[in-house]
Formats: sequence, structure tokens, C-alpha cells
Amino acid sequence: MTSFGRPLTRNEDPRLLRGEALFVDDVELPGLLHAAFLRSPHAHARILGIDVTAAKTRAGVLAVYTAQDLGAYWQPGPLLVPPPPIAGMEFHQRCQVPLARDKVRHVGEPVVMVVAESRYIAEDALGDITIEWEMLAAVGDLEAALAPGSVRVHDDLASNVAAKARQARGDYAAAVAKAHRVIARRFTYDRGASIPMETRGVVAQWDPRADRLTVWDTTQAPVVIRNGLASMLGLSERQVRVVAPNIGGGFGPKMMMFYPEEVLVPWVAIRLGRPVKWIEDRLEHFFSTTHERSQIHDAEIALDAQGRILGVRDVFLHDTGAYDPYGLTVPINSQCTLLGCYVVPAYDSTFTAVFTNRTLVTPYRGAGRQHGVFVMERLLDIAARELGIDLAEIRRRNFIPADAFPYDQNVIYQDFTRLSYDSGNYAPILEKALAAIGYEHFLREEQPKARAEGRALGLGLVCYVEGTGIGPYEGARVQVQSSGRISLATGIGSQGQGHGTTLAQVVAQQLGVDIRDIDVTTGDTDQFYWGVGTFASRGAVVAGSATHAAAKLVRAKILKTAAQHFECAEEDLVLAGGRVHIAGVEERTIKLGALAGLANPMRGAVTPGTEPGLEATSYFGPASGATASGVHAMIIEIDAETLRPTIRDYVVVHDCGVVINPLILAGQIHGGVAQGIGNAFFEKLAWDDQGQLLNASLADYLLPTALDVPRMVLDHTVTPSPLNPLGVKGAGEAGAIPVGALFAQALEDALQLPAKGIEILEIPLSPSRLWELLHGGD
Amino acid sequence: MSQRIAITLNVNGTAYRREVEPRLLLTDFLRHEIGLTGTHVGCEHGVCGACTILWDAAPARACLIFAVQAEGHAIHTVEGLAPAPDQLNPLQQAFQDTHALQCGYCTPGILMTMTAFLAENPAPTEHQVRDALSGNLCRCTGYQHIVDAVLLAAERAR
Amino acid sequence: MKPAPFDWHAPATLAEALALKAHHGDAARFLAGGQSLVPAMNFRVSQPAMLVDLNRVAGLDGIAWDADGTLSIGAMTRYRSIERDAAIAARQPLLIEALAEVAHPQIRTRGTLGGNLAHADPASEMPAVMLALGARFRLASSSGGREVAAADFFIAPLTTVLAEDEMLAEIRIPPLPSRSGTAFLEVARRRGDYAMLGVAVVVVRDVAGGCREARLAFLSAGPTPVLAPRAAALLRGTALDKKSIADAATMAQQEVEPMGSVQANPGYQRHLAGVLARRALSIAAARSLA
Repeated sequence: MTSFGRPLTRNEDPRLLRGEALFVDDVELPGLLHAAFLRSPHAHARILGIDVTAAKTRAGVLAVYTAQDLGAYWQPGPLLVPPPPIAGMEFHQRCQVPLARDKVRHVGEPVVMVVAESRYIAEDALGDITIEWEMLAAVGDLEAALAPGSVRVHDDLASNVAAKARQARGDYAAAVAKAHRVIARRFTYDRGASIPMETRGVVAQWDPRADRLTVWDTTQAPVVIRNGLASMLGLSERQVRVVAPNIGGGFGPKMMMFYPEEVLVPWVAIRLGRPVKWIEDRLEHFFSTTHERSQIHDAEIALDAQGRILGVRDVFLHDTGAYDPYGLTVPINSQCTLLGCYVVPAYDSTFTAVFTNRTLVTPYRGAGRQHGVFVMERLLDIAARELGIDLAEIRRRNFIPADAFPYDQNVIYQDFTRLSYDSGNYAPILEKALAAIGYEHFLREEQPKARAEGRALGLGLVCYVEGTGIGPYEGARVQVQSSGRISLATGIGSQGQGHGTTLAQVVAQQLGVDIRDIDVTTGDTDQFYWGVGTFASRGAVVAGSATHAAAKLVRAKILKTAAQHFECAEEDLVLAGGRVHIAGVEERTIKLGALAGLANPMRGAVTPGTEPGLEATSYFGPASGATASGVHAMIIEIDAETLRPTIRDYVVVHDCGVVINPLILAGQIHGGVAQGIGNAFFEKLAWDDQGQLLNASLADYLLPTALDVPRMVLDHTVTPSPLNPLGVKGAGEAGAIPVGALFAQALEDALQLPAKGIEILEIPLSPSRLWELLHGGD
Repeated sequence: MSQRIAITLNVNGTAYRREVEPRLLLTDFLRHEIGLTGTHVGCEHGVCGACTILWDAAPARACLIFAVQAEGHAIHTVEGLAPAPDQLNPLQQAFQDTHALQCGYCTPGILMTMTAFLAENPAPTEHQVRDALSGNLCRCTGYQHIVDAVLLAAERAR
Repeated sequence: MKPAPFDWHAPATLAEALALKAHHGDAARFLAGGQSLVPAMNFRVSQPAMLVDLNRVAGLDGIAWDADGTLSIGAMTRYRSIERDAAIAARQPLLIEALAEVAHPQIRTRGTLGGNLAHADPASEMPAVMLALGARFRLASSSGGREVAAADFFIAPLTTVLAEDEMLAEIRIPPLPSRSGTAFLEVARRRGDYAMLGVAVVVVRDVAGGCREARLAFLSAGPTPVLAPRAAALLRGTALDKKSIADAATMAQQEVEPMGSVQANPGYQRHLAGVLARRALSIAAARSLA
């Protein structure tokens, strides 16, 4: 029986469960040194002078570096993702620098690097350093940052505009002219952070005899980091090995960021000729690992009397932080994902990305998609209320019909292609979700009864799409070892997604072996040279498809070699259970390991035009992303006095095409929802007027606990993607995307806010914020 | 200020003798002095639970204890759970069976918390498990499979 | 996030510990459970030159009952020991009810009652509970000792009447009179978090069932734990009926002085004070009949 599609337990678990798995901070090397960074305590200030003399003389300190000491190595980081080709767009590239030289632009920006015999001593030495600052006013508020005369984050720019792009199609003015109703609201979404349980870290070792650099890095994209570091350091890519071993959660901000520490630690390891480790502590993490989320949308929707969408217009501001190395991925995702599951005949969307004196913004699970979903779903909720249409019905009426796929949205997506939904069928997802949550029963009986008893119950229902599995490509190499075990290597990194199991299932489907006999290597550039990275819900789709292709080639080689061995036709052979035998003749059998030996003979010649070994490498590049979709429904009860909610029921119905491993998929959905709940109700980075972060600790920045995340009921529909051979779509971010809208809707319903003239148009919420809304705003 | 103190700590039944500064955190002692890197560090302020160990059989945050304080106490870490090098104990096995870990970074701390919890509560309800789990943060799983794992381990032990 | 260097002394006797503190003054800090001090040291917010570690001092922990029913708890007694003590659960249930809200079991393994009280965090549960129970604290120093009422001990956030050479050595909690009821409620963002607001209440009925005495003590409601004497006065002589409880809760809401936090608007905190006072008083009133 094939393992593909089955809920198999994971290959990677035993080592993790015994505490044996290698994480970056577990790397110990002889002579290891430790780095620490003096970071700006100010959000915006000029550096007038730095005195490191005392730090340099502290016992145990080996070196202290400022920007000046870096010489030609001091360069702004690369532009990681150039802006997509949208006509008429404005984009100002300002990438982060390794150490601030003239001025700092956010709290936590590194200014001085200390290298010492221990992290303890390195931190002691930070206290020895004095910096003379000229304080500047800080900008954090997006509208204030754009006001004429605002302090500028980058002095050489005319304003704090980082980018501006408009995507419009159809005639929105005409839509408004014929609309029965136009609804306009302002929506705000505030900053949050990904907070993986493992912070970032880098260990670098220069081996002068091998003439090679090895870097252990908590990155989601080791190949990109390898290429970039080689180029910066003047080394051949073959001289640099980047290893992303077990990574303790990524969620986006561990992508190929070329963070200052990532660039400096390898440099200093070469310079000092000793291995150097830097492990970000949790305090540093809050300031220096990238954030996400702040946007302000002024959106309106035009509808006919039946609630059919005629057009949407949206003008929004996006906070990109102090620098914008990741281009426009996040606001483009917001802009495109707003369209959701719906037919929107006219769409006119303009965003302005704004520089602020805050930590950089780059994609974090959902990557701007939740903002678009929030705006669209809230507009539909309000429309439903104002037009007297049921929440589910207004969505049903606007769904893209099942026979309309592929559906051209005619906007440019983050992968630079014209956004086209490859496949989908939304109505069955909605009906399943309604049935699972008990929609009719809740509205007709349960909620009225609860209200009569003085209890506040509310329901949320949100539909969404997610563009997943984007290009450009990934590759995989599958090899039969002489032991009979199969090895698979790919260039992506893993941060808990279970690639060691799902990719093994893809291989097992072709080679007829047990997944426990497949060793999967991810995140080691010496094991696989080419690749892009794990992000945008693309691992299973793109690396999975490459693996599939490589495994098919190896299957063909196995059968060919076995046919030669048995002197029979390939069609007569059966490949199963780690061996090949002649159909109907079980005793004519050979193990895969033995075949691998035959394919790599020690004497004689390998036939011209063939290759040794049972090995193949393949690449897969999808023409465009596969669009997943889903519906979340939730029933929440809130204590109307303390305003503390309890989620009573939570349903996810999801369509991510063909499922490789339902157990791992469930884990991805659960985890996404948990992060969505954090985003919606617990997590908010709070800043003061000077750009100081007020809650930089896990005691104050609140990740949801096991008591805050409910038991979830999952169901699936399957609309295979035609864009890849497996028919799969990504699922990594789906759980997180709709939850903000769901909370706003359910809490508004539970507290009967519309009857009081109150709407929830913002995320994140909290008991205190609900109290403020109930008592007249701020 | 360079006071160094010779200590002998009992970890997983083995005595380790080292000379350390008093400020050395027990986490750093375990991970970097004696190489038991299974105990992870997530916040160093006692909130995330990744560094949870057993201190005389009770769960405690290793990041809030100085190594010098641990002399004379029995410390247990994740490395001491499995009965043999290639095996898993019943709780670990339940974690694998229910897919209760993704990145696995928070897992050792959760295993230690739940080891102590199950010893005192062999037949817990789901709510009790969630309550006991609430002092360990996990960013990947949404907790549901962890809860399932603990309930499964308890059930199998009956 | 590694602590700055310090000298460490772990004396075996109280006398030695007090002598060290007397000698080194503010440069030295007592290390009790370390669950607040060590994080502060890891953040380098606190950088004491010396720690006088009390964990090896004999006789500083322990739970004992006087003949008159007064409960004595040694300052170094772990939360874990207190919450597992059946006699305390029976005779001072407020302590146990509130302890369940203190952080998480992993913290309570090491955290001590004395360390927590001396830390004097106004958002912490135990200081308010001590006020509600009318506890008294024994302070020790190398030059002698004194006893202060819990209500006089806390003077500002993280500040107490402890002198430079003094240690909080023992907590003494008078017995609850018969026909008394207690309750503890708080609203935190998550389980184990510092509360946005909380209240500990004690009500005592007379033989006729009327309220003889009441005490309400709030946490996260001002710079120190906050008593609500006017609300308590309103309750005295009432039947602890719904209306008098509601009136007292409204009064208590006026008596607190919440300062706001990242998690809570002060207006919301004040609102919670009224809600929680009303609910806690109702529970305590019902319990006082049991």
C-alpha cells in the first residue's frame, strides 16, 4: 500500500524527542568565540561619536567593531525581492546596513559588534561602550509620517514614501454609479511579530586548510544565503557551506534576510581565524527580527440590491519599517488577496508603503493576506447587515463559480505573474463549514436562547483564498544507497513542516519503499546546490513536485537495471518492499541496495550515454502559484462584563488540493489558527511616541497558550491543482489568514455591537480594547 | 569579580564536576558545560518553558537558576527520558504517534512538564492537560496534538 | 541576556546571611526563589554586586500553626509546598485559591512566599491576599527584629519598609473567624499572567448572619496592593445581600487607583474592580454560610 496520502508519523521525531537533534545553538567547536551587539536604544538618532576603548581592553574581549572598522565590507544589504512590474509604480530601495554608521533608524539597530571568549563577557563589554547621540524625533504613525514636514527616516528622500503602486481594472466609478449601496469604512491592522520559540542564530567557522567557510544559520533559505555570503566575502560559492539544521520555527522572518548578524559573523570568523557564534536573545529578537502587520485601509464596496459586488476601491498605507529589503511582497499580497473568493468586476487599489522608525517589516505567515481578507470580509459583513442578507448567503452569491476556473484576476501577484486562480470550488467548502458549525441551529435556536439567558454568544464565518506554491523553482536529488536506503536531498530548509516525512512519502510512492528507509536532507548547501527556500507555502508544492520528478527517474533506472539483471522486460517487473522481482516469480528478486551496486560497477564500463548509480536530480518550476481556499467558522462566548472571550467551537474546512499527509496537514492548520488567534486577540506590539517598544518580553507580548487555542474540527475538500504533477497546493499559511476577520465578526455579534452603533474595524483586539470601543473609542 | 566555584551536579543520575562562575545559568551549564543540548533556551526570563527541567522531580525553569545553586539536587533533562538510546519512553512515543511536535524546539520542555504532571495526575481531563500545558509556549502546533499525546500516554499507562 | 558578574554567598545560617547583608548593604541582594530577581538580572535591569543566597539557610522555610490558630510560614517556603498543604487548604483557603493564579507550576516549584512579598509587585497576587487576611510580617536583621502589618509593609511599586539590612523572615496569618468566607478573583490576559485586575475578599458574619467584618484587597489597582475600607464599611451590618454587595462594589470601584498598563486601560481596570468585587463578595458571602 502506498504511503502517499496517509497520516504517517514523522521520520524526524525520535531525535527531536530525545533531545538529540541539532539546532544552531547546539553547535560547539574548539576555540569558539561569542559575539554580542550593541544596539541602538533610540528609534531615531545621529551617531556623533563612539568610544570602544574600555570594551577593547576588557579581559576576554578579542575584538570590537564599528561601521568604520568594516572598511569595504560595509555595504547596504541586497534587495531581496525587487518590486513587481506594475506600471507607474514608485519604489525607493533602502536596505539595512551591517552596523549603523551615521544614524540609527529603529530601536535595536546594531551599532557595535563585540567578540569575546563567552557571551557573558561580550555582554559585559557592551556596557563599556559609550555613544554620543543626537536625538531626532521618531515617526511611527503612518499618517503622521506622510504629513508635510514630517521627520524623514531617510534624509536623502523627499518624503517617507517607500513605494506607491496602483492596480486597477474595470470601471469603479461606473460601478458606484449603478450601485444600490456603497459602503465605506476605515480598517486598521496593527503590528505583531512571528516569535518562533527559537530565536535567530549564526555560527561560522573558517577552515584555512580546507579553504572553506561553514555557516550554521537559522535561515529558511540556505542556498540564497550561501550565494550571497560567497559574493560578499569574495569566495566561490563552492567554498561556502550553509547549513540550516533543525530550525525552531521560521514563519517568514527567518527567510533569506541577510540580517546584519548573518553577514557579520562569517566575516569576523574569517578575520579572527576562530569560529564565532551569535545567538540572538529574546530581547534582541523583539527589536531586530523583522515584524509585520501595520496597515490602514480606506476601503469601499459597491453592491447591487441583491448584495452582488459591483466593485471595490481600497486605498491603504503599509508600514515597511526603517528599511525595505523585501520589496513589496506584503502589500502586494494584501492588494491581491483582498479579492478573495469573489467576483469583483471593478477593482481599484492603491497602496503607499511608508518608512517609519520601527523594526523592518517582511513577510510573516500570511504575509499581508490577512489584511486583504479582513477588509473584504468585514465589508461583506457590513453589506449583509445593511442589505438584510444572511452572512453565508452574501458570500455564496458572490463566489467565483466552479466552472470559471482558471480564473484570471488580472492583477500582478507577488511572484510577478498575473494572478490567476488555477482551480477551486468554493460553495461546497462553505456548505461543509456551515453544517459543521451548526449554522442554522445556532442562529435560530442557540443564540436567541443564550441571549434570553443573558449570555453573549457570537458567530464568525470567513472565506478566503491563499496564493501558494509560487516559483521560481526547487530541485531534488533521489539516490538509492548501496545499503538499500534511499537518500533525498533538496535545497529548501525545514522549520518543522515535516519535509523529512512528506517528501519521503512522495519518494515512497514511486519507489515502493517504507518511508522509514528514506533519509531526507534539507537545508545543507553541500547536499544540494540549487534552491530558493521555504516560504509562501511552497515547500510541499515546489520541492514536492521536484522530488516526484526525481523519484520517477530513479524508478525508471531501477527498472531498467533490474530488467538487464533478470534479462526480462521492464513491464514484467514489480518494484515493492525495497526490492524488485519478476511478476509472479517471487523468488526471482533483488534488493534495491544490490541493484545500486550493479548500477555502479567497480570493473567494466558504464554503458556510454548512461550515468552511474540509481540517482536522479530534477527541478520543478510552476508557471504560477496554486490557489488554495477555505472557510473558518467559530462560535465564541464572551463574558459581557470582563470581556474575556472563550472559543466554544472552531471549524476549518480547507481545500489544498491533493493531501500528502493528513496528520501533518492538520498540524499546519492547527498551528496557523493558533497564530491567527494570537494575531487577532493577544499579540500587539505597543510603542510609545519615541518609538520605544513597550512590551519586549514574552511576559508582555502574549503568545496564545494551550488554554487560548480551542480544539478545532477540520474537514477538507479536494480540488487538485492542475499546475503540478501531484495536484497539491500549499497549506502553511491558511490557518492564520482568516482569523482576524473571524474574531471581529464573532465578537461584534456576541456583544450585539451594531445595535449600539459600534463596529469592529481593527485588529488586534483585547478585553481592554473592547471596553474602549464600548465606551466611545479611545 | 572573577569568583569561580567548583560544583558537582547530578544530572540524569550522572555526577558532573565543573568550575564555574556563579552567574552561569543552569541552562548554559547543561547545554554548554556538559553538552546536554536537549534543554532549549527560548526566552531567558522564565516565560516560554523551553528550558523546563525536573528539579528534585518537580518542573522548574532552568533559565532562572544559577548552576551553583543546583548542587545537592537531582536534575533531570530530556536526555534522561528514553529507556535506551534508540527507544522512546511512552510519553515520547505518544508525541510521535499524534504528531505533537513540529519544529521540536519547545518539545523537551513540554515533555519534562508533562512527565511531572502525569506522575501526579495519571488520569487527567483535557482541561487539566491544557491547564498544565499553559506554562509552556508552542508556536507551531496550536497545542491540539500535544493535548492528544498527553491524553494518549495517560490512557496507555492505565 | 546573561547576568552581570556578582559574588555569591550561600550561608547556612540566618545570622550569617543577615551579617553579610548588614555588611554589604545595597550592594548585596537576597536571593530567594529567584523567579523575579533572576529574570531582572538576565535583562541586566538588576546588577547586584553580591547575592546572598538564602536557599541553604536552615530554618527559613516551613509551615506551622500556633495554638491560637495563627499560621506561620517561613519566608523561604516554596509555593509548591504551600499549595500542597492540606491544612492550609482547609483553614486558609484564600491562600490556595489565589496561589493557583500565580504564574505556572514551574515557577511555583522555586518561587517563595517571602521572596514574592519582598519583591512588592503591585500586580502580584500574594500581597493583596496578605492584606485581605490581615497578615503580619516578621522582619529580621542582625541588630534584632520587628513585626509589621502587611498593610504597612508595601509603600510603592517594588518598594517596602524593609531597611537595607533587613530581611522578611516569616509571614504570620491570623485564623479566620468562624462564619467567614473568602474568595479570590482576577482577570488576566492568559493563564498565569499578571492580572489586569484582581481582588481578594474576606467576609465574616455574626451569629445572626449579618456582616460583622469585610475586607477587600485589590491587585493591579494602584502602586501597592489596595484596600477598600469604605466599601468594607458599607458592608458591615448588612445581610450581604445582592444590593449591599452591589453598593460596596460600586464604592470599591471608586477606591482603587489603577495606573493602566500595556494590557489594560485604567478605565477598564476600574470597571473590572467593580465587577470582580461584586462577584468575589457574592462568592465569599455564600461560602460564609457553608
